[in-house]
Amino acid sequence: MARKDRMSGNEAVAFAMKQINPDVMGAFPITPSTEIPQYFSTYVANGEVDTEFVAVESEHSAMSTCMAAQAAGGRAITATSSAGMALMWEMLYVTSSARLPVTMALVNRALTGPININNDHSDSMGARDSGWIQLYAETNQEAYDNFVQAMPIGENKEVRLPVMVCQDGFITSHAVENIELLEDETVKKFVGEYEPEHYLLKKENPLAVGPYDISNYYMEHKKQQAEAMKHAKPVILEVARRFEEISGRSYGFFEAFEMEDAEVALVLIGSSAGTAKETVKQLRREGKKVGLVKVRVFRPFPMEELAEALKVVKAVAVMDKAESFSACGGPLFAEVRSALYDLENRPKAINYVYGLGGRDICVEDFAMIYDQLFEIGRTGVAGEIYRHFGQREQEV
Amino acid sequence: MIKKASEINETTPWQEMTLGGEIYEGGTSALFNTGDWRTMIPVYHPENCKHCMLCVPYCPDSSIPVVEGKREDFDFMHCKGCGICAKVCPFKAISLEKVGA
Repeated sequence: MARKDRMSGNEAVAFAMKQINPDVMGAFPITPSTEIPQYFSTYVANGEVDTEFVAVESEHSAMSTCMAAQAAGGRAITATSSAGMALMWEMLYVTSSARLPVTMALVNRALTGPININNDHSDSMGARDSGWIQLYAETNQEAYDNFVQAMPIGENKEVRLPVMVCQDGFITSHAVENIELLEDETVKKFVGEYEPEHYLLKKENPLAVGPYDISNYYMEHKKQQAEAMKHAKPVILEVARRFEEISGRSYGFFEAFEMEDAEVALVLIGSSAGTAKETVKQLRREGKKVGLVKVRVFRPFPMEELAEALKVVKAVAVMDKAESFSACGGPLFAEVRSALYDLENRPKAINYVYGLGGRDICVEDFAMIYDQLFEIGRTGVAGEIYRHFGQREQEV
Repeated sequence: MIKKASEINETTPWQEMTLGGEIYEGGTSALFNTGDWRTMIPVYHPENCKHCMLCVPYCPDSSIPVVEGKREDFDFMHCKGCGICAKVCPFKAISLEKVGA
């Protein structure tokens, strides 16, 4: 029997961690993820878990602790945000290339500068090429559900990659919502035991991890990582299927909302989807055929599936909560538009960079964007492709 | 099928290499020349050596071979020329000199 409670997104993730009871947590506090190790340290102090809690002097050391613990044969977790993850940068690559399935709770926050503690996706999008699987949540419930699914995905023998479970700083991390929690036993059984084939503490199995890999061998190891990302796709769906059996909640690579007969659509990530769905409901009541696609899995990127979902529409706006300074669009836009290229009848696609550093977006804003999409659909002219939304402008 | 490091070479396809380049046996660095960036080189003077072995545990690169209780000349494939051995030797059996001097 699942039990209902009310929790912030941070507490929900910490609670999932408690139910999983991993071997090691390496952690250093950074807003807005600080509460996760804070809650978890209480569980450790109260004896509710038997995790080794390693309080380190920086995030670089937190990730070093995690990768070492995982290499030793344990399950390791951490939580971080923004500049904290930026300081882990080197170790993110080391962890994924050493094929160690560490699990990280990332509470998305703007990446300096100027200094800002509020939500956008600059941190995780900056790390999108580091070889980590990335799952994103719209709500506290999804943050909890994604964290429970993370280990069975990353630890799968065909995958063996670290997993980043992302949620929006303050918007979900600190907002308290109703949540349905699984029973401890159910989670424990679902996640199972971590059984690596080789690990440092297995005495009959001498092992060196992360060796010097010169150009004669490096390319082969990168190819292996790339293949592992492809293998992760069916594994993510299989884990989601098993998760539905224990929870009744279903997950895929993305959620297609009112897309069957949609004429125009948004593609976005994270908590803004809640606001956008409300807009869709209002516009649908007015008879307007609008839909949206909320991306849950950004790495591996579900290219063919997204193209299939979007082929029905005339125009699509891809919403990026991260600026990548390419001078031609954000990271989600680049990949979604690339996915659309293979379609015979491509929808027109525009990009909106929005919500940076916690800039708000509301129902009226999304309604305006849908209006612009209808206009593009009608005229067939996309106009300016790379747009920013929500910033103050000089009157013209 | 575990592949040993010695079974992996420059013709091995990616499918047959160990994940993440994991190495499943010890001592593989013995095969690799890491001693080619010395600016100073330790010179062994066996006539002064009492075989007290003080230099052996101090060497950070395990580059002083010991055979039947006697130390031999340096393993220059791995010695970095740090000079710790010359510093700890009480008998002037090791001197540190410029490479090529």
